[in-house]
Amino acid sequence: MATKILLNNIEVPGLADFQVYRKLGGYTAVEKALKTLTPDDVTEEVKKSGLKGRGGAGFPTGMKWSFIDKKSEKAKYLVCNYDESEPGTFKDRHIGQLNPHQLIEGMIVGSYALGATTAYIYIRGELFYVLRIIEKAIAEAYQNGFLGENILGSGYSLNLYCHPGAGAYICGEETALLESLEGKRGNPRIKPPFPAIVGLYGSPTVVNNVETIATLPWIVNNGGESYAAIGVGNSKGTKLISACGHINKPGIYEIELGLPVEEFIFSDEYCGGIRNGNKLKAVVAGGSSVPILPADLILKTAAGEPRLMSYESLAEGGFQTGTMLGSGGFIVMDHTACIVKNLLTFARFYRHESCGQCSPCREGTSWMEKILMRIEGGQGTMKDIDLLVDIAKHVEGNTICPLGDAAAWPVASAIRHFREEFEEHVKLQKCPF
Amino acid sequence: MQEKNNIPEFNRETLDLVDQIIKRYPAGRQKSALLPVLHIAQSENSGWLSPEMMDYVASLLDIQPIEVYEVASFYSMYNLKPVGNCVIEVCHTGPCWLNGAEKIIAHFEARLGIKPGETTADGKFTLKTVECLAACGNAPVIQVGQEYHENLTAEKVDNLLEQWKRENKVSHTNPYL
Repeated sequence: MATKILLNNIEVPGLADFQVYRKLGGYTAVEKALKTLTPDDVTEEVKKSGLKGRGGAGFPTGMKWSFIDKKSEKAKYLVCNYDESEPGTFKDRHIGQLNPHQLIEGMIVGSYALGATTAYIYIRGELFYVLRIIEKAIAEAYQNGFLGENILGSGYSLNLYCHPGAGAYICGEETALLESLEGKRGNPRIKPPFPAIVGLYGSPTVVNNVETIATLPWIVNNGGESYAAIGVGNSKGTKLISACGHINKPGIYEIELGLPVEEFIFSDEYCGGIRNGNKLKAVVAGGSSVPILPADLILKTAAGEPRLMSYESLAEGGFQTGTMLGSGGFIVMDHTACIVKNLLTFARFYRHESCGQCSPCREGTSWMEKILMRIEGGQGTMKDIDLLVDIAKHVEGNTICPLGDAAAWPVASAIRHFREEFEEHVKLQKCPF
Repeated sequence: MQEKNNIPEFNRETLDLVDQIIKRYPAGRQKSALLPVLHIAQSENSGWLSPEMMDYVASLLDIQPIEVYEVASFYSMYNLKPVGNCVIEVCHTGPCWLNGAEKIIAHFEARLGIKPGETTADGKFTLKTVECLAACGNAPVIQVGQEYHENLTAEKVDNLLEQWKRENKVSHTNPYL
């Protein structure tokens, strides 16, 4: 049986209840950390675990924490990024809805490690019903002495609050999130300085994804080395994969990193194969931003090695023949799906979500959507296909935040791997699907 | 909400809630409460933010009205024009599209006789398309107020519409209460 850290007890009725969570061993990580470990000990275990940020960028969590200026006299903040909005990604919603105490417990041990006495969970406004579930759980944690003043008599105090967003994908970018938390438009900040130095209210701040934080109690309880023993290469531990599209069993799966992609798609334990016995055509493996891969390249690398669900294996071959693990938003398309139309919905998404600060992104996302509408609508020319490639190239790397890259990569990769499908749209002067 | 000479005013219970939210942020950082308070303000103002309501929120948080306008116009959940009692938001991004979101939109259009962005003549329903609601595994998905409705079919849409008509559905309830 694969190790389960995040979905271990997810089917237990009433898990969102403090008493149920506690009976299953909940909040022991808080007890262990506050009574037997120093904040630096906790950071050390997280470093040893090899845990990488589960929001998409995959930056090592322990290293991110170590950038915090602990000597600063300013308040330190831990902020949970619960702005889950990357198309194909729906794992974090699950955690807050069914297992909010594991997130809260992670917030407590993380805040303790960072020396934060106030922490926020920034949750997308559309998920207000999840916010209410979490707020109820927070109230229970206060009542039971795990939040508030002098937690468990340790002398450590923490206040934890939820903060709703209001509909903006860009607020998943950590500096845009902090702007939004300060009551402003979600315009990403120029970096450096990074949030670890100048974050929320100008104070040292760490922003971590929900799944990352919910993993912390297990690491504190079992030790960083036990976590690092799971997985493959530099891809340590388990990862939630939210699988959707044309598969028999869409849903949220916790895998040990290193699982073969083929097994993930076709075994009954996971996606259960392609719906209606159809043929696998393409996969977007890590949320809408990452390069799309055709069936042959998602199952095997260009060198013919089986592709694994890991940071390294999915990236094997670079963007020419590889992709990224990203957020774990796994979108599967069968042979009936039109690559151009799917890409058009992504392009519309990025145009809608661009904050408008940087011209290459603001203008480029709009141009790419218009050209794709033209091709999909039967009015495209062969030159339009090259124009798309050219625009994507000029958006990528030329913006303050990664939204420009996120908008460019799907376009560039779809044309790289499915150019003949774009050409067919042009030749037929209509969508062939 | 009580209104005197067009100047909105929250009742005591709502003002207490606003105070409680402001206290979550450090002293002098009350502007941080803007997003949550705008959610409440919208729910108290028939689902949209009028200039008067935004000015009132500015006064509650002791910030300039322009600071409220620039935020309200940035985030897609805030409506700057009147909406129907029941706002139906249909996701149409990739994964929902792969699973038939366009058919669901067409079905709503046919049943309600309006296009996305429009409100029915009786003011009961507004239809909107929205970007990814993070429920892709149960596509196609819609949001109505704080409710998600997932794995939609034409039949489910018919049942929901019938239910909402019967109960005079109002989607803009105070999200904290």
